Amino acid sequence: MAQTLSDSELVARCRAGDQQAWAELVERFSRYVYAISVQAFRLPDADAEDVFQEVFARAYEHLDKLRDDAAVRPWLAQLTRRLCIDRLRASTRERPTADEEMELAGSEETLTMLEDALTVHEALAATPEHCREILDRFFARDESYRTIGEALDLPAGTIASRISRCLTRLREFFEGRTQPEGSSSTR
Amino acid sequence: MTAFDEERLARLIRALPPAPEAWVRAAQELPLARAGLDEIVARAEADAGFRARLVADLEAALEAEGYERDPALMELLKVRFKSK
Repeated sequence: MAQTLSDSELVARCRAGDQQAWAELVERFSRYVYAISVQAFRLPDADAEDVFQEVFARAYEHLDKLRDDAAVRPWLAQLTRRLCIDRLRASTRERPTADEEMELAGSEETLTMLEDALTVHEALAATPEHCREILDRFFARDESYRTIGEALDLPAGTIASRISRCLTRLREFFEGRTQPEGSSSTR
Repeated sequence: MTAFDEERLARLIRALPPAPEAWVRAAQELPLARAGLDEIVARAEADAGFRARLVADLEAALEAEGYERDPALMELLKVRFKSK
């Protein structure tokens, strides 16, 4: 999850046929695409999987049509929203519901929250590895202290305080007080 | 973006759980499927009957011709035939 290339550098490499860069692009945006379909549009898993694969297949095929390489994030978000709406339209034609309009719109509030969430994940990717790992495991992967302790070889009793210190560090990064890869350690 | 406190940061990290690994892997394998795609598209351009069968039922047409079922290749073919 470490983010060394900017979005535009990554897109440029993908366009040049770099398969490793493509794998990284998928990794970088996979959570976002997945979350839009299951959280904002509440697609069932089978539909969400189809949307997920189609988003990346279209992105792969049409990457050369992207006018601004730095805009890959809103481009993927827009593509995902459009494909989710197509799915919902197809399913509501088969099974009309009273909430059809609301479903098709997706939740604007959720979409905005997911944009913020991706920004936080990008910042997280720039933090020291021990912070990135522990915060992702605890919050995003919903792992227990025990599982984290075993995976990272840490006493379970120290995990809560490490999480707290890493969150503080992340907050300070957003407040501009520290660089994400600063010299001080929370270990 | 508005100010963050630790509680909000935690909520936002939690909001993006990983996508299922198999989905991510299939999407990452799209470049590998590209070679198969080019071959099938070339055949479809040369053989109107094959092309018609692909458009009517992609999976059945490929299976009938002995192609292995590859999700990444299927997605690329869907995109390619939709955009033509």
